[in-house]
Amino acid sequence: MSDLAPLLVALPVFGSVVALLAGLARDRVGWAVAVLTLVVQTAVAGTLMADVLGSEAIRYVVGGFTVPIGIELVVDGLSATIALLVAVVSLGVLAYARRAGPRSNAFYVIYLLLVAGLSGMSITGDIFNMYVFLEITGLTAYALVASGDGGRSAIAGLKYLLVGTVGASLFLLGIGFAYIATGTLNMGDLATQLAEVGYGSPLVLAAFGLLVVGLFVKIAVFPLHTWQPAAYAGAPDSVSAFISALVSTVAAYALIRIVFTVFGTEFLAATPLASTVLAAGAVVSIVVGSLLAVSQSELKRMLAYSSVSQFGLIVGAVAVGNVVALTGAAIHLVGHAIMKGGLFLAVGLVNDVTGARTVDEYAGLAKRSPVGAAAFSVLAVAMVGVPPAVGFVGKWYIALGAVEAGAWPLVVVIFASTLLTLAYFARVVERIYFRDSTETSGLAPTATDGGEDDAPEPVVSVGMRATVVAAAVVAVALGAVAAGYGDLLEPTIEGLLS
Amino acid sequence: MTGLEALADRLYYLAAFLLLGIGTYTLIGSQNLVKKVIGMNVFQTGIFLFFIAAAFITGASPPLLTAPAPYVSPLPHVLILTAIVVGVSLTAVALGLIVRIYDEYGTLNEETLREVQADE
Repeated sequence: MSDLAPLLVALPVFGSVVALLAGLARDRVGWAVAVLTLVVQTAVAGTLMADVLGSEAIRYVVGGFTVPIGIELVVDGLSATIALLVAVVSLGVLAYARRAGPRSNAFYVIYLLLVAGLSGMSITGDIFNMYVFLEITGLTAYALVASGDGGRSAIAGLKYLLVGTVGASLFLLGIGFAYIATGTLNMGDLATQLAEVGYGSPLVLAAFGLLVVGLFVKIAVFPLHTWQPAAYAGAPDSVSAFISALVSTVAAYALIRIVFTVFGTEFLAATPLASTVLAAGAVVSIVVGSLLAVSQSELKRMLAYSSVSQFGLIVGAVAVGNVVALTGAAIHLVGHAIMKGGLFLAVGLVNDVTGARTVDEYAGLAKRSPVGAAAFSVLAVAMVGVPPAVGFVGKWYIALGAVEAGAWPLVVVIFASTLLTLAYFARVVERIYFRDSTETSGLAPTATDGGEDDAPEPVVSVGMRATVVAAAVVAVALGAVAAGYGDLLEPTIEGLLS
Repeated sequence: MTGLEALADRLYYLAAFLLLGIGTYTLIGSQNLVKKVIGMNVFQTGIFLFFIAAAFITGASPPLLTAPAPYVSPLPHVLILTAIVVGVSLTAVALGLIVRIYDEYGTLNEETLREVQADE
């Protein structure tokens, strides 16, 4: 079954070429090609996930070169989880994007390339290969952000490009230092060679610092998050849902890989400063991200700052670095992707139905867009961490891990983060259900200006509503299976930490 | 004298980090979007030079089978070839976006753009 692994990268690349060529002959064929590709992609990722969860990792060497010279693909429980998440979320967003757009063929070509980059990052076992996939992910994400109408998305895309490139370049520089120290690029080989070089070596320390800071930019940890709010707010709704759900998630997964597979727990034990930097990044990100989220008036910007805060939790789990906390990190990565993606889609749905984009305009929304309002509220409550939703399980594991490690400052911040999350979501949910709309007519949906005879295309399709509702249902349902999944993941995490 | 010799040995690294500094400064300090992209390119060039300098061994020949051993390490050259391709694509996307921004707003000055956006 190990031959399935390279398909995770090859399939979406192939699909994007097909979409490009088919687009020359026929318009609007991109969506169908993308759906077909991603259905197969989901099946492949699901098969791999079933194969590796609770058993040995699958290793595949590309091109027949021997390891450590050749590029290796490694699929273990964690990487299979992320690959499956990428496939499922990208398929879900497609159901929404069919009506909501952007509808051009080029959009689907880039969309599939982004899926290839994300899948590649999650299964590669070679650090330079990871850089290449990081840049593919980056390039396509910049292009997707800029695919909205108007200058705002172009400026957001350019800003994202400049900051993101610096992050990826720092990552590359870190690879340079690691390569000079060891002469290898294979992650497993790096782990043993770095130990031989000695964890006190300036080359090794510089490599760690540059790799981690580079990924902090991509994850959008405060204060390196500056690209994120503009990019999420400027992009079209389907794109902000897709990017917020996956791009930072996969970068956070890469951080786990770099810190634990490449450097290992012994490095963290030998270098207390490294754990301190990670913990400090986590704490600042959680607190400042939440405070900035509370002060936003535009919904999409608020959700963007919420991501800064939630990824602080993941970095916190990496700083703690024990089995329980990392299981929590994996669960929260998946849960956050579903919840945040769903929230952005719900915001997009509400905007298409009522035109409301700011917190104040959400007053009395329950009457105007019952489906969007209900889904938004369920997802918001799940994000706060109310049981039995998945948001609760992830945070619970991370907090439990922090308690186990005796990292008390982090424990306090994690519990405070729940209250802070409540602070920015409660004011929205309160407006939705307990306030009357301030204006009754001003924001009429665009569909009403068509005559009765030529029945205009409804702005919101069944697919859009279904996707949003499905995200809300999944966010709650995953909470029930998350603990069982955590048990299955435990051997993988233990292997990662040994 | 030894200090000077040590410096001469590391001249390429010095140049690489000088380029990194210049690139970062232009990227942050310049108000003009095109100059920011140029700064990004200079920054990346510094990293390329860093890799290539690391591969060099004094007195070694190019990695060709016809040349006598020892060879300089060929792997960083290959890596940087990939990184250059990535850099070119990034520049292309960035310039494409800049053209769009100029069409929309008629300016490439960051400060002016921020004022225009605030008015929207």
